[in-house]
Amino acid sequence: MRLTCPYCGPRDSREFTYKGDATRIRPADDDKMFDYVYVRDNPKGLHQDYWLHQPCRNWLVVERNTATHEVTSVTAAAQREAKP
Amino acid sequence: MTGFRIGTPPTLDQSKVLRFRFDNKIYHGFAGDSLASALIAHGVRLVGRSFKYHRPRGFLSAGIEEPNGLLSVGEGARLTPNIKATMQPLYDGLVAQSQNRWPSLQFDMMGVNDWFANLLAAGFYYKTFMWPASFWEKVYEPLIRRAAGLGQAANLPDPDHYAQGNLFCDCLIIGSGPAGLIAALAAGRAGLRVILCEQDFVLGGRLLHEGDSFLSLSTQDWLTETLQELESLPTVRIMKQTMVFGHYDGGTYGAIEHNAAYSMATSAQEPRQIFWRIVAKQSILAAGAIERPHLFPNNDRPGIMLGSAVRSYLHRYGTACGHSTLVYTSQDDGWQTAFDLKKAGLAVIAIADTRSMIPQHLEAQAWQYDLPILKNACVTETTGRLSLNSVTITHEGGRETFQCDTLAVSNGWTPTLHLTSHQGSKPIWDASRHMFLPSKMQQGLLCAGAANGAMGLGECLASGLTAANRMLEQLDKQPQKIILPETPAPVLQTASFFHPTQTGKAFVDFQHDVTTNDIHLAYQEGYRSIEHLKRYTTLGMGTDQGKTSNMAGLAIMAELCGQTPDAVGTTVFRPPFEPIAIGALAGHHEGKHFRTTRLSAAHSVWEKEGAVFVEAGQWLRPQYFPKKGETHWRETVDREVVTTRQSVGLCDVSTLGKIEITGKDALAFLDFVYCNPLKSLAVGKTRYGLMLREDGFVYDDGTIARLEDNRFVITTTTAQAVGVMNHLDFCHQVHKPHWDVRMVSVTEQYSQFAVAGPQSRALLERVIGQQIDLSDEAFPYLACKEFSLAPHIKARLFRLSFSGERAYELAIPAPYGEVLAQTLITAGQDFGLTLYGTEALGVMRIEKGHSAGNELNGMTTAGDLGLARMVSKSKDFIGRVMAQRPALTDPDRPQLAGFRPVQPQDQFAAGAHVFSKNVPHSIEYDEGYLTSVAFSPICGSLIGLGLIRNGPQRHGEVIIAYDSMRGRKTELEIVSPCFYDPEGVRLNG
Repeated sequence: MRLTCPYCGPRDSREFTYKGDATRIRPADDDKMFDYVYVRDNPKGLHQDYWLHQPCRNWLVVERNTATHEVTSVTAAAQREAKP
Repeated sequence: MTGFRIGTPPTLDQSKVLRFRFDNKIYHGFAGDSLASALIAHGVRLVGRSFKYHRPRGFLSAGIEEPNGLLSVGEGARLTPNIKATMQPLYDGLVAQSQNRWPSLQFDMMGVNDWFANLLAAGFYYKTFMWPASFWEKVYEPLIRRAAGLGQAANLPDPDHYAQGNLFCDCLIIGSGPAGLIAALAAGRAGLRVILCEQDFVLGGRLLHEGDSFLSLSTQDWLTETLQELESLPTVRIMKQTMVFGHYDGGTYGAIEHNAAYSMATSAQEPRQIFWRIVAKQSILAAGAIERPHLFPNNDRPGIMLGSAVRSYLHRYGTACGHSTLVYTSQDDGWQTAFDLKKAGLAVIAIADTRSMIPQHLEAQAWQYDLPILKNACVTETTGRLSLNSVTITHEGGRETFQCDTLAVSNGWTPTLHLTSHQGSKPIWDASRHMFLPSKMQQGLLCAGAANGAMGLGECLASGLTAANRMLEQLDKQPQKIILPETPAPVLQTASFFHPTQTGKAFVDFQHDVTTNDIHLAYQEGYRSIEHLKRYTTLGMGTDQGKTSNMAGLAIMAELCGQTPDAVGTTVFRPPFEPIAIGALAGHHEGKHFRTTRLSAAHSVWEKEGAVFVEAGQWLRPQYFPKKGETHWRETVDREVVTTRQSVGLCDVSTLGKIEITGKDALAFLDFVYCNPLKSLAVGKTRYGLMLREDGFVYDDGTIARLEDNRFVITTTTAQAVGVMNHLDFCHQVHKPHWDVRMVSVTEQYSQFAVAGPQSRALLERVIGQQIDLSDEAFPYLACKEFSLAPHIKARLFRLSFSGERAYELAIPAPYGEVLAQTLITAGQDFGLTLYGTEALGVMRIEKGHSAGNELNGMTTAGDLGLARMVSKSKDFIGRVMAQRPALTDPDRPQLAGFRPVQPQDQFAAGAHVFSKNVPHSIEYDEGYLTSVAFSPICGSLIGLGLIRNGPQRHGEVIIAYDSMRGRKTELEIVSPCFYDPEGVRLNG
């Protein structure tokens, strides 16, 4: 597998470390913390995951299709738009 | 004797004679032979015994699909079982053995299995050998395993080594037959970076295996000309003996290159195989097709071979498979076999075609060759135990028995499309060509030639060029115009797979001994899905993965279900396409090379001082430093502890994770990732910090030192150094991307030494007293300072203590670590300095009741570790919300306590569970467990830390530590976790 780091270009999967669901944003509201930590969807189709590109130390949001493994976009997590 | 040499094809160098051994008999072949062709040329026909029934078997094919001709090649540690002799290039001195027979190939005792075939039908091990159940593991399974099977592994360490590499190209072409070659030529001429992979040891694919196939030039001339041009193109790389075995995400392919020079005589220094990861923008699969055998009773006798294989041995290896051949076909293609044999002057008894309507041009040619034609033919029986004797055929003219030693069978072709399925797309049934073709939905992978259903040389060449031009278009390059050489017409047509409804027992999967009866049985027992059929009968589960049998299996199932083949479908093809050596995947990552060994900068000093090392993750750390005369490690460790507590000790703590953090928001950031308050941390001060996970459990601990207003250096545990770095980057980039924070790991950039004990200050004063004021007023407990140790050498001093003694940690850029260690040792002689390792470090921290890895086990909370009061109630931090969950704050949770034996000489160990006195030692009465136990020379007994329900409230109570592993019960008193200097007097000097 290969991922395209926005800083380094297409790189081998061995350079990356997987973290998990990137659709969840750490909530300001304490009541939503449980969902944030534990509750996950398992969608068929487009999904976003966090991946760390070890050599450049950027956390990335990788959007991929869970059914076909097609990667549709890779963005730096820090560059994402403002959060709720 | 059956096979013999005939003719001198250009692929065979008859001036180079190679000697080899098969089953202890010496033979010879020529350079260019495969092991199979050399054996056939000597008339060797019987090469193996079948998997279950031990039936005599000979070669079926001449290629990668071979199910029968599996041999053990090599000797001693280099013995490799299950090598397809059809794919093994012959080399001088090769040693091969047949497999799965005893005492010999000709007389195999296990042949009796064939008489009990009814007992060994599909799913037999689910039905027989079921009683008594206890017999399965001890009696039945070993028996079955001994009786059934393939070759034996060498059971010795592999002396060969394997290399790995990455390759990148615009275009990967898999297969060097006519389609692959023409595609490579087009891509190469267009200037693309091309990699052409061929699994065989000669380029040319099917071209090598057929007679002259072009109208106006010889095959050899065309091949020579094409290969010369390809080799002259600077961007084309040709890789022979390189099998592309898997297609992975993002245009990545796995390939194994076999060292062409490999033989028993090769030095083990040369890689035997190379595992390549090939990344291609586009690729073209031109892997050809595999011929299908026929189903009829006793269709597995030695001498019954694929028609295409008979032609291969004839044209490529100059070898006739027998003296008298009968051709049995359902296709035009079989006729080619008969004509080629005739042309070579070999006897063809008859051509039996299952069809009643034969194309006119074939019949006309047959008459020219004086070939008897049997139409509407069906083979009903064969004879010949170790080699074919006769074939009985019913046909239009009745029932006849023919004496012959070879039966060439042709039943259509199956495209080798496996790689197109590795990314999940399913093959599509083509009713007009009677075969499964690759689905059109392929990511960056085009198919050409027979792999895409093209039949005949002309169609293959055209399809190779079309695929190349489509690919060029996708890469924004000009399509290439290549004038293709003329090929003969009319093209041979494919007909449907022939399988009579009443075959009797015929072998479908030769390698796994699966018969038509087994498939009928599976159907009767309710199996319909082709995937279930496969698993129940083991059809296609051999090392050949059913390359010759899948089509027959699904055709029979389709008929039984009254469905078409496309409704039944194929089983899913997964990588690898061919068995590959685990050694090649592992490459150099074996033994000590499995992972990096990290050495601290002062490693050579510790080595010289006689350290015994221990692996701590990737690091090698000194465990203890035995002195002359010390007979037991405990004696050494006790001395190290006592000396440190009485005078001074030195320990390398460089392996701790060290992270430097700067920026305007650095303090706020640290306050967010640690659970204890840090806002009040002053410049020049150090504080202990506890990090939680977002789920509220303890993640890691360490120290935070504020060197400047906006500059900090933190430490992590050795084990979590990488994880914490990733975590902090995550917290910054994901949670607080707008904060001004910069982080970098400096674990490897600094050597760090702990100098501990009452004399530590005196020792340091001697070494660095000129550079830094070490008085307690200037440098009290928890102070930190960066200072110049020498011009251009910035060192850092921290007054931290893990041992409970007055102690310092001195950090210096790693290049100076060795010399600093040596300086400290030399200066320390006057103070009676001892070096101490991880054992003494552990003893002293247990004596002080400090938590470490054993307690930070991912299941403990701050409260469990007695650190509840550290946790801030007035700030947000990682883990804040979830740490407040009732289960995590339950006062009944096991909490940290100290343990000492009621009888000082009593033994106990970490891992023992603790119970109140007079209760059964069962899970419902379990109150916790011991996490760390060590012998304390200060206490004169073993002491322990552990987690026990309500621990802090139960000091003085006597409990039982029950160690079920050792069957030991020990009476322990619960005490404070701090065994030594609880007031902390020694810490401050």
